[in-house]
This record gives sequence, C-alpha cells and structure tokens, in this order.
Amino acid sequence: MKILTAPRMERCIGCHSCSLACARQVNKNLSWNTAGIRIASSGGLSTGFEARTCLACYPAPCAAACPTGAYSQRKGGGVVVRKKLCIRCGECARACPVDAVYLAPDGEPFVCIHCGRCVPFCPHDCLEHKEIGGEAAAAEAGGGGES
Amino acid sequence: MIRDHFRVMRVDLNTGRGEIQTLEGRDLYAGGSGLAALLFSKFARPDKPWDDPGQPLIFAIGPLTGLFPLMSKTVCAFKSPYHDQFAESHGGGRSALALRFVDLDALVITGKARTLSCLSIGSRHMEVKDVHFMRGFDIHATGKLFRRMFPGAGHRSILRIGPAGEALSAMAGIIVDTYRHFGRLGAGAVMGAKNLKGIAIQGDGSFPLPEGKDYPKLFQDVYSLLTGTEMMHKYHNLGTAENVIVMNELKALPFRNLQRTSDPSAVEISGEKFAEKTLLRNAACAGCPVGCIHLGFVREKFMEPNQYLYRQVSYDHEPIFAVGCMLAVTDPFAALDIMEEADKVGLDVMSAGVALAWATEASEKGLVSKAETIVPLRFGDAAAYQQAMWHLARGENEFYRLLASGTLRAAERFGGKDFACVLGQEMAGYATGEVFFVSQALGLRHSHLDSGGYSFDQKHTDKDAVKAVEFLITDEASRCFLTAMVSCLFARGIYSEARLADCLKAVGYTRLAENVLTVSRRIQSERWRLRLETGYEPERVVIPRRFSEVVTWKGPIDGQYLSALKTEYSRRIRSLAIEAAQAGGADAKTRKMGKEE
Repeated sequence: MKILTAPRMERCIGCHSCSLACARQVNKNLSWNTAGIRIASSGGLSTGFEARTCLACYPAPCAAACPTGAYSQRKGGGVVVRKKLCIRCGECARACPVDAVYLAPDGEPFVCIHCGRCVPFCPHDCLEHKEIGGEAAAAEAGGGGES
Repeated sequence: MIRDHFRVMRVDLNTGRGEIQTLEGRDLYAGGSGLAALLFSKFARPDKPWDDPGQPLIFAIGPLTGLFPLMSKTVCAFKSPYHDQFAESHGGGRSALALRFVDLDALVITGKARTLSCLSIGSRHMEVKDVHFMRGFDIHATGKLFRRMFPGAGHRSILRIGPAGEALSAMAGIIVDTYRHFGRLGAGAVMGAKNLKGIAIQGDGSFPLPEGKDYPKLFQDVYSLLTGTEMMHKYHNLGTAENVIVMNELKALPFRNLQRTSDPSAVEISGEKFAEKTLLRNAACAGCPVGCIHLGFVREKFMEPNQYLYRQVSYDHEPIFAVGCMLAVTDPFAALDIMEEADKVGLDVMSAGVALAWATEASEKGLVSKAETIVPLRFGDAAAYQQAMWHLARGENEFYRLLASGTLRAAERFGGKDFACVLGQEMAGYATGEVFFVSQALGLRHSHLDSGGYSFDQKHTDKDAVKAVEFLITDEASRCFLTAMVSCLFARGIYSEARLADCLKAVGYTRLAENVLTVSRRIQSERWRLRLETGYEPERVVIPRRFSEVVTWKGPIDGQYLSALKTEYSRRIRSLAIEAAQAGGADAKTRKMGKEE
C-alpha cells in the first residue's frame, strides 16, 4: 500500500502545481483548496512553504470522528471517503490534528486519497508516493501505534 | 468562471462599498490587457489628472488564468503619475490566481479613502478597513501586519505600497507578495493617492472544470513542454541574470550611467556570480512550475559581538543592471543591499537606480552638490545609494522630489539632459542599438517587453526602418494577446498563437480561439487610442544624446537610422490609434452590444 509523503518541502517554490493537479485530476476542479494537498507559506514567503496533507494516520482520528460511516480506515493509513454517506457535519476536519481536511463552503470534505497523481507535477521532487513501512505497517499488522 | 462576459468588482473608496458588474466584450477584448483597456475606457477621465479620486486603478486577469501553467500574471492599468497618461504594468506572485479564485476577471478601485485604508476581498467577503497606524511603514512591516489581519496563508495575495507610494512618487511601485512588483510608471503612487496602503486578495473559491478529455490532455502537453524540455531552462537556472554576461560580451550592457556598454567588472555581478555567492533558493508565481524568482541573501552585523540579521532579496537582470552596472556597484551583496532598500521603501528599483546614476554623473560634473543629494553620490559607493533610496522615496527635498517625478524633469531644472538615460521612462538594461532605443522610448509601456526590439537589433545588420517597425508592430500585437490571457511573457516560446487557440478552445472560448489575430490587433490599437487620448505625442519623445554616443558590438549608433525609426514608429502608432478611434473605442463598442448591466 502506498502513501503520499512530502519529505523534501524545503525545496518547495510555492508554485501550487501539486494542489492544482490534485483538484484537476481527482476532483475535476480548478482549485488550490478542494485538493488533498494544500500549500501554505509558513509566515510569509521568506520562510518557505509547508504541505497540508494527510499523514496517513493509523488509526485515523477523522474516521473515528465521522458519525455516519462516510470515513473508514484505509489499509496502510489514511482514509477512504464515501461522499454519498457524508452529511457535511465537518467532524472529520475538526478531528484532524494537522488540518489536512479541507471543508468547502457547503461543508463537503476534501482529503488526500494517497493516489500519488500530484507527485509528477512537483518540479522540485518535494513529494514521494511510497510503500509504507514502520508504524503504519506495524499497526496494520495489529501492533497499534499512532502516526 | 468560464463565461462569455466579464465579472468585475468595482470598489468605491469614497463610500467603502463594492459592486459586482457584468460587462460584455469577452469575444472582443478577451481579458488582461484587453479587459484593462476596456475598463480604462469605461471608468477613466482622460481630461482629469492621474490623482483625481475618480480615476480607476484596475487589476485584470485573463480567460486562461490558472487553467494552464504560466498563465500567472495580472495586468494593472491606471493613469500614470509619470506622464499623466494611460499606463499598464504587469505583476505576478499569487495575485492572478487569487483573483481567479475570488471569481473576478477584474478589480476596479475608484475614489479615495478618508484615512489610510486597506481593501480585503474574497469570493465571499469584501471590506475596506482603516489602517492609519501603518503610515510610513515599509513593505515588509506592512506585509507582516497584513498577514496577521487577514488569515489564509498560501492562498492569499498581498499587494502593498511603501513610503514612496504614500509620498506619491512617480517611481513608486506596488509590491506583490514580497518578491514581485507592479513596478513601473508609478502604480504605487496611484494607491497612495487613493489612501490605499494595501489590498489582500483571498483566493478562496473553487470551480468545476470543463468536461471531456481535451483540457486535461492539453494541460499535460503544455506542462510537459515547460518542465520536460530545455525551453524554460534559462529562467529556472540562472534566471534573467544570465543576461548580464551575454549583454556585456555584446557591448550592450549599460555601465556607469551608460558611459560604457561593457566593463570587465561585469563578471563580478554576473548571474553566475550571484548564484555562486548569494543564491538562497528559487520561488515561483502561483501556477508556474518554472520558479524563475531568484532569492539572494544579505546579512548585516547590527551589533557587536557577532549579532547578525539576514534578509532575502529577489534579483533579476534588470535590478542588477540598475543598481549594479549603472551605479558601478560590482559586489553582489552590495547590489542586493541597494535592491533591498529600494524594495523596502516601495520604489521601482529600475527607475530609481537609473535616476541615481544620472544624479551621480550630475554630481561629478558639478551640476548638483551635496546640498541637493544630501548624501554625496559616487559611482561604486553602495552605502550612499542605500541612503539615497530613502531620500528619493520620501521626496526629501526639491531635488529628490523632481528626480522622483522623472530623471528628465530633474535634468530640466539642474542641467544634464544629454546624459539622462531615459527612453520614455528610465531605461531598461539593454543597449543593443537603435531599434531597442526607439522601441522603449516610444513603446506603450516603455518596457523592453513591449516588443522584442533588443532581439531585432541582435539579429539584423541592415538599417531598414520600415521593416524594423513592422517587426515591432507585429510582435507587439502578438504580445498583446499573450498579456490578454494573461501569460508570463517568458512562456512566449511555448504559447504560440495556434497553441493559445487550442487552449482557449479546450476550455470553451471557441469564438476567441477563432479570432486570435483580430482580437490581438483590436487590443493593440485600443491601447494606443487610450494612450493618445490621454495626451501622448510619440513625435515629441526625446531620446537623449547619451544614446547616440553609445558604441555596441555593431559600432557607433547611427543617428539617421534612429531618427528614421522614430518617425516611422510614430506614424504607425498614430495609425493604430486612428483605427481604434474609427471603430468607436472599447467602452462605446461594448455598450452597443446592449446587454450591459
């Protein structure tokens, strides 16, 4: 199972190509918000950029918080979201410790599905779609742990 | 978002209220430069001065903004304090995408706020706020406070002015997201005259994309060309600073107020040297994977023992030319220090550097003294130039107030017109020859980017004024369409007219796609109509004697050729303006469509 990671964000130039690629390819939107990865400057452009994206928690607090079963645990970390079951309550976004769930004005949640389709659009190789190991794998194998 | 009309927000600072207007004209004027011209013809008063509160400050994006890579620029149009005529300036940063995600094709600001104020807009909010406490703040302090006042890191664009804009300097720029600028022709003073310290644009909207496979496939093709080939290598690698050595070797790099066109010390401030010694990292405008913004660092020992602070400064060929070559400051860190001061006070670094180069030569010749310059100006004295930037920004005395209104104005009062390096406005960093001199001196924006005159000089040795001007006119028309989209002009090799037509078609602008040449020409001529309507007389443009004394790799400048080019270009400009006037002008033309709300 692969997950999206952003291990080299110190290389980021703030072009937003990853967010735009996610919104374009996954959600069929022109947006830098309705995307599984969002880029923010960390206190002005002079201090560089950070990626707001799902860290593939296992177990995922957003899935635990979802009252209608729209969110469920994804194997390998992160979540699978079934929008048809979503009542736009926003509990997922509130439960996420790293602000990785974007709520559209109508309450529709957007979160990374770990498909890796944003990765080729990063001109500086900041992102990686990689096989998971470590805690998440251990957790999946029944070892628990948090990420 | 994709629509057959324009959606424009007009903000009246007299009342603090905004209004959404729907305008016809998409298929006639496209967006960007075309839309800015349409809005100028609708809102501006040609007979009133630039600082009349009713004059508009316009920011316009294009039909492809955000939809394709490098469609990442914003066109700013206004009546310029530099010449009191129609003017355009282009800037990037996040401004274009932020406007796109506010769902606006343009923002028009009229009126004057009662106190120093700021404007904040988003797709679901708009407010004008008092910020009187920011008076005199430099652009960094202003940016920091804005970031605290208006959350939304990463998706927000902050446009602001420094002390130069507040002092209504004709060399004041609008700084965008710290490292980009609407630099030339005094847009910063227009904000100052409106008591507008800054604009925060929160790009918080999202839109469905066109159905089908055409758009994603074309996007991928364009993206691959931009990132998978060598086409954009220059901009990503050394950036425009690569030009320093190229121009120096051509004997086309203005040095010491254009007393020379090459100098051995150019290697010390080359793009290579800046990269080796000062480059911290690259950055990008939103929507551009190229990342041409080069950030150098300077550090300053502000206290003993060993207490340092550091700053990041964006550099390009033009600032290096203006405060490096022109001022004979050949240490990269010292040049960055001067650029940083110009930025902080909100001056356009190109205009300011060239103006100070003239002031230095005027000092050498005894035309001005310390009584005027306050700090003695000597070529190479970087510390003095740092101080002079503040005097120039604030208009500290009559000399600096005149200089800030244009080098030729100061020269008229103090003497030294012959060596004022002014081509319509303070020159750009190319002394390639007659065609470039005339193209900048007469060009609409007085920018080296109006048309490729510098390139024509390098490729042609014959002296056929008709042929050269035909090139300028044709090249300008094609650039008009690019700046209507609004593309970064660095991508002009990729966005041919045919590819732009494909892009437009892929997202549903079929009529525009079928009329690229007609629309380019319409925008080009309408811009000239507006320029002439506001008082421009191309025949009266003076090209100072210094430009005739230049020797390039081709040899001395040919005065007769220069004069023939000027006459021919003036004639063609007038005929373009007449063409637009006969068509009725943009506002009248779109009103006739009868659907305006």
